[in-house]
Amino acid sequence: MSSSGHFGEYGGRYVPEALIGALNELEIAHNTAQKDPEFLAELAQLHRKYTGRPSIITEAQRFSEHAGGARIFLKREDLNHTGSHKINNVLGQALLTKRMGKKRIIAETGAGQHGVASATAAALMGLDCVVYMGEEDTRRQALNVARMKLLGAEVVPVTSGSRTLKDAINEAMRDWVTNVADTHYLLGTVAGPHPFPTMVRDFHKIIGEEAREQMLALTGRLPDAILACVGGGSNAIGIFNAFIPDRQVRLIGLEAGGDGIETGRHAATITGGTPGVLHGTRSYVLQDANGQTIESHSISAGLDYPGVGPEHAYLHDIGRAEYRAINDDAAMAAFSLLSRTEGIIPAIETAHALAGAILVGKELGPTANLLINLSGRGDKDVQTAAEFFGIPL
Amino acid sequence: MTQLESVMAKVRAENRAALIAYIPAGFPSQHGCVKAIQALVAAGVDAIEIGFPYSDPVMDGAVIQEAAEISLKGGTNAADVFAALKVATDTGVAAVVMTYWNPIERYGVNEFAQSIADNGGSGVITPDLTIEESDRWLAATSKVGINPIYVVAPSTNDARLADVTAKTGGFVYAASLMGVTGTRTSISSDASNLVSRVRSVTDLPISVGLGVSTREQAKSLAAYADGVIVGSAFIKLLLAAKTEQEGLDAISHLAKELALGVREGR
Ligand SMILES: Cc1ncc(COP(=O)(O)O)c(C=O)c1O
Repeated sequence: MSSSGHFGEYGGRYVPEALIGALNELEIAHNTAQKDPEFLAELAQLHRKYTGRPSIITEAQRFSEHAGGARIFLKREDLNHTGSHKINNVLGQALLTKRMGKKRIIAETGAGQHGVASATAAALMGLDCVVYMGEEDTRRQALNVARMKLLGAEVVPVTSGSRTLKDAINEAMRDWVTNVADTHYLLGTVAGPHPFPTMVRDFHKIIGEEAREQMLALTGRLPDAILACVGGGSNAIGIFNAFIPDRQVRLIGLEAGGDGIETGRHAATITGGTPGVLHGTRSYVLQDANGQTIESHSISAGLDYPGVGPEHAYLHDIGRAEYRAINDDAAMAAFSLLSRTEGIIPAIETAHALAGAILVGKELGPTANLLINLSGRGDKDVQTAAEFFGIPL
Repeated sequence: MTQLESVMAKVRAENRAALIAYIPAGFPSQHGCVKAIQALVAAGVDAIEIGFPYSDPVMDGAVIQEAAEISLKGGTNAADVFAALKVATDTGVAAVVMTYWNPIERYGVNEFAQSIADNGGSGVITPDLTIEESDRWLAATSKVGINPIYVVAPSTNDARLADVTAKTGGFVYAASLMGVTGTRTSISSDASNLVSRVRSVTDLPISVGLGVSTREQAKSLAAYADGVIVGSAFIKLLLAAKTEQEGLDAISHLAKELALGVREGR
């Protein structure tokens, strides 16, 4: 990666000039912090005493019987405080916000996990917090809306466009352009203009660093494949990053196939999209012949996004990582399977990675070790899942 | 020399500011847009900015968002944008296109610049294209002789103002405030500060946009700016009108007022 934030032909900055100053300030704050032992110690301490890191690895033995007998290891980011990997990035950026002397954070959220994590960090550090959330998602993830409010954040339902994550990001960017002097935009994934893709990756790479050591200790070798769901791509890059130099380890990202790629109703940006610019970065985008963004579709609010982080676009093009689409139905079957075989209810986002593990496990057979990023827990999805499976509430 | 450069030179000679009106292609309809362009020109605007409506307009407030949504629902595409541009240039005024970057990249960078030139356009305003990502675009615009117009903001520091204006042609687009498009009750003092900072790094004409809606505001900007850009105020009137004719009459009336404003500032 160059200092201008490019990953091959992807990444960079496509933003209003009004934001350049803030992005430069953020880049400098991040680079300085990454070299500052005090900052790193403070973040590590927060992760030990607040997040609950390191997260454990659970071997899913009964689940494995349905995945060709391959050994399945779950990196339990669902056990982090607030219930997903999102807290890793949020605590890092909240500390940077304080260092930059800003008092207000804004965030977008799809599933609500990033919004909840942001509201949590704001409460912990005494920052004002406004969360933009598509109106459609406030309905799908009503429980998380209530959580954010209980934590003291203001939740703004966004009624423009598709009323989902994409539009929540548009609205957050408009707020940021207006209030950039005292406000930090705490972006929740490895997308957006430089330095976000790099910075958010740096805050999540701890997932893969821990997992690499844990897998070596548990199995005496590196896993054969690592699987993670990909919305914007933060949990995936977080677990991939430490293994990128280990060329024998397959890195597999699972995108949301929605009703099926062939139906056009999906959110599989790399599998079904083309290179373009969205939300300040160049990457793959779901777009039409005129460069208009196409609305994405997924049962999972956290994956329902027509863009993807630029580093994934790059890893895809150079062949270092593979990306596959998992349809709603397959994801929900895996959701149910993990719940019933392991007593772990995953987030529906995460269920896409589990469905991928079933496929890849069958392809590689019983000698394979698969590491899955269990990015979040499913409490927030109980309503959606109950509707899907016909359980009366 | 582009038509826009001639217009900016002409108004400088007349010791006044230019009035530049923004209208999205395909809004309020394909036909309505043609009528609106003709009404604005007849009322005395010096230049027209044709907007390429985009699905994710992060620099735009509620009014232009709504117009873009209406236009896109009507199926507006690149060909319609170039057709609207031609309608404007055929009247003899200078005309440019304003668009977010992705539609240009999707259309083809060289092809887009060529189509602007082919339809008599003077340049393109690209509010989310940073100079760092501009190499291909600058090569394409220079090849066909159109103006690449960049936006600068009150938060742009002096060193960067010099870098951005060095790549700019036609005029520098100075955003009057930190924020998105939309009418405001008063013009922020940031605008005059920014214009004088831009003056100290370039001889290019400077046009001020964001928030302008009245003759009084146009007059106060014309005191120090070379161009006054008005968008949301026209669109608001078109959105509020009960009939097409009512909307055309309303924008025509406002454009005449603004045309007086840009002539009485100095
Ligand atoms: C549990 C969980 N996993 C994954 C995602 C997708 O985001 P990303 O691709 O950035 O990890 C989300 C987003 O809300 C989430 O809540």
